[in-house]
Amino acid sequence: MVQILVDNNIIEAENGANLLQTCLENGIYIPNLCYLNDSQEPFAACRLCFVEIDGHPVAACTQKVSEGLQVQTDTSAVRSLQKTAFRLLLSVHEIKCKECSANKRCDLQRIAKFLKVGLKPKGLEIRLKDPGLDSGHPYLIVDQNRCVLCGKCVQVCLQKHGHSYLTFAKRGFDTVISGYIEPDDIPLTFSGCTLCIDICPVMAISLKEGIKS
Amino acid sequence: MDVILTSEDKVIIEKLGSRLTQCEKVKTNLIPILQMIQEELKYLPPEVIKMVAKYLEIPGSEVYGVATFYNQFKFNPPGKNPIKVCLGTACHVRAGDIILENFERKLGISEGQTTEDREFSIERVACVGCCALAPVAIMGDTVHGHMAPSKVEGLILRVQVEHEKAERERQKIESDRQ
Ligand code: FES
Ligand code: FES
Repeated sequence: MVQILVDNNIIEAENGANLLQTCLENGIYIPNLCYLNDSQEPFAACRLCFVEIDGHPVAACTQKVSEGLQVQTDTSAVRSLQKTAFRLLLSVHEIKCKECSANKRCDLQRIAKFLKVGLKPKGLEIRLKDPGLDSGHPYLIVDQNRCVLCGKCVQVCLQKHGHSYLTFAKRGFDTVISGYIEPDDIPLTFSGCTLCIDICPVMAISLKEGIKS
Repeated sequence: MDVILTSEDKVIIEKLGSRLTQCEKVKTNLIPILQMIQEELKYLPPEVIKMVAKYLEIPGSEVYGVATFYNQFKFNPPGKNPIKVCLGTACHVRAGDIILENFERKLGISEGQTTEDREFSIERVACVGCCALAPVAIMGDTVHGHMAPSKVEGLILRVQVEHEKAERERQKIESDRQ
């Protein structure tokens, strides 16, 4: 066990433990979207989990805990990085909370409240994908304008099946989570596994109609 | 955006299928295999993605994800008259995007796509090295400088007229023969 200092709180943790997870488990909230608990190789894609260590910004999910580590989670530099990353995410997100199945259980709403930013990113151009609903996958529908590209679905699928049946496709603003057609003689059928649906922080993935879980 | 395979495409794909068996069945071969296929076929239709996935025993999504990441891989067949619109800095400043939009509207396809008759395809490129002529478009091997919407129309019309002319000549030769 080692001791670290987070915003003047002394926290005890296993040497080498993940900093983000340690903070969260000790009741110190750091915004995050893409970290999977106990992940050995954090994906570090959302850039929301910034903290300050020795005056430098560090993505907390990529930092290991060691004796005497001093971390600040609430400096103005950190908040401004987080707000920018978050506003950029919102600029490609369709805000329809009232009609959204994730309403009130959505990580974006939680983070917006925490960072005290509105859900409409002022001053940024909104870029939505057309069409937003992607039914290319044999049994899943992905709402591309809801998806925040955290990649958790891809990671859990990979962990569970050794292969991921969902993938990042394309690049830049065009990046989407996609499931591609399988060879005709090895069709991909629904096995009852809904890990990707359950892990999604914004409920962007759902089963196609007629497919029962 | 469904690509319809031509009979030539099908023949090539079949041949590629047997060539595939000579490649070692390892995941690290994915990109070289895709490159080999594209060299022959000039693009990667869904049939090919499935074929490669099956051969390497990985999900189709994985093949698709890798292939779509790289600019070098195309998912639509090249047109007989490939159009490249420059959106490099100089051309961007001289409103190259309007030229692109004009081509897209005129041909009814978006950048990266091919018309159904495979006559035209549109691609956007970065600086092609003749910024003084901005905005620039390239059709086939010919560079067209100082592009303007009216020129877009003219270029496409010219190809279509030439086409009709060739068609008429062909018909004439045929009827002469009879
Ligand atoms: S949680 Fe650290 S970058 Fe997403
Ligand atoms: S920017 Fe178009 S030719 Fe240089």
